[in-house]
Amino acid sequence: MNRYRRSTFALELGMIAVALVIAFPVYVLINLAVRAPSDTSSPLRPTTSPTLSNFTDAWRDGALGGALGNSLLVTTASVLIVLAVSALAAYPLARVKKNWSRGTFALIMLGLILPFQLATLPLYQTMRDLGLLGQAWALILFYSGLQVPFTTFLYVGFIRGLPRDFEDAALIDGCGYWQAFRHVVFPMLRPITVTALVLNAVFVWNDFFTPLLYLSGSGQQTMPVAVAGFVGQYVSEWNLIFAALLISVIPILLVYFALQRSIINGFAGGLKG
Amino acid sequence: MTVTSHGRPPARPPAAGATAPPGRRRVRRGHSAPPWWFAAPALLLFAFVVLIPSARGVYYAFTDWDGLSPDFTWVGFGNFADMLDDPDALASIRHTLVIAVAITIIQNGLGLLLALGVNSAIKSRNVLRVLLFAPAVITPIVTAYLWRNLLGPEGAVNALFGALGLESLQKNWLGDPTLALWSVVAVIVWQFAGYSMVIFVAGLQSIPREVQEAAAIDGAGAVRRFWSVTRPLLAPAITINLMLSIIGGIKLFDQVWALTGGGPGHATDTLSTLIYKDAFTLGEFGYSIALAVVLTVIVAVISAGQYAFLSRREADIS
Repeated sequence: MNRYRRSTFALELGMIAVALVIAFPVYVLINLAVRAPSDTSSPLRPTTSPTLSNFTDAWRDGALGGALGNSLLVTTASVLIVLAVSALAAYPLARVKKNWSRGTFALIMLGLILPFQLATLPLYQTMRDLGLLGQAWALILFYSGLQVPFTTFLYVGFIRGLPRDFEDAALIDGCGYWQAFRHVVFPMLRPITVTALVLNAVFVWNDFFTPLLYLSGSGQQTMPVAVAGFVGQYVSEWNLIFAALLISVIPILLVYFALQRSIINGFAGGLKG
Repeated sequence: MTVTSHGRPPARPPAAGATAPPGRRRVRRGHSAPPWWFAAPALLLFAFVVLIPSARGVYYAFTDWDGLSPDFTWVGFGNFADMLDDPDALASIRHTLVIAVAITIIQNGLGLLLALGVNSAIKSRNVLRVLLFAPAVITPIVTAYLWRNLLGPEGAVNALFGALGLESLQKNWLGDPTLALWSVVAVIVWQFAGYSMVIFVAGLQSIPREVQEAAAIDGAGAVRRFWSVTRPLLAPAITINLMLSIIGGIKLFDQVWALTGGGPGHATDTLSTLIYKDAFTLGEFGYSIALAVVLTVIVAVISAGQYAFLSRREADIS
């Protein structure tokens, strides 16, 4: 059934053709990003005398270095917080069958359905009153709460499938629940932690709407907001814009190609959860 | 789980009473459990960021709040009644549903075909899987700005059609009100078809090879094997993919914002872009939140309906 036949070869050619069509925009992106603005030939034609000056200009004028730092800070802090609080919350929610536990779980799962647009405007007002607008902390707080339902959902499903024997053994040996969680349960959650880490990190890094709202006008922008501001400023200077887009994409793609197995499994992992 | 102990003597602690007083294990289980306060930090964050603001949002939807002043008046269902007289609001609801349904059908159809291709015996399958999924991790606003240029009148897409001698296909993809919505759909499908593919591949790989081979030996052709064997066993992957794409499609904001800004005119405004415009350019927070309530109801109804339908179908199969 899995022999390499002539039809397999045809399929191989077909799939490669599809991949080339999907890769076409990336070719144009790179091709125009290395092209001098004075060169107005077709976007399809390979650039004859490539230049890197678009990248240095975009990096400087778009303040992309600062944005990169902010994105790293916001993503790292939010993901660590949401993983920690969600794993901890999932432990009793998965194990205890009492009403308070079921009720709390149902309440948190409500968050899977509520679109963030509903909470956005009142929360914007609260953040403004607390003086948090324009600060990275507002975003870290936001993502830490926003991603609790999804992350808790993943952890609860996983913990319910784990045998209780190991934690029972730890408890009999005199561990408290905190120690049992830290030293026995949490290490066993590793596969789902990787999934939750990947999905949350990609979501937070790429999110645009909330940072646009909370950080616009301040000096503390994340990468997507900085790129949007850059596009607004250099409306039709596409060579510069494409260089800025490439700069913002390179960190994600480097991480993706380095960790592609974990990342793809992470995205596909919801299936097993 | 029970299979693992098969053939081995059951692991029983030889003398539980020798190390612990009898019944201690049961006491542990019966009277104690992980403490409730483990859930407190997550619950507090969730309440502050999602629950309380959402509840306040529902309340504001019945007021004429402008987002700034502390004074506002209760207008009952006034905002919702206004929506029925607001062609932009009705159009945005229609666009939202069209986008969501179109993405769900096209992205999953393409994703499934790619998954079947990548899950075959072809040599490039691993490389292709990584490459085809790559667009899904790129920042959506970045891909949208890229496509805004590609789909422009002088962009690479029209240039490509020109080079292929297909001048009749050269269009103003984002500037023509009848095409713009479908251009948005095409960009989303380009970005996320690989995401659907990856979930379908995981589903395909969980199907035991013996089942397929048995069907082949019984004389089932490739199409018959897919329809009668693969498709039913793929139900969990189908469920997840449909849920992800339809809810993602309904909440869509970033890509529309960067591609068209809801234009030309209001031709591609979705509920999300209209919520943003009404709140931050028109200052109509009450009305804007009422639109968000409509969005919430649509998401809730679709999630509940889809969940009920698909879980019943999965139960029928298993």
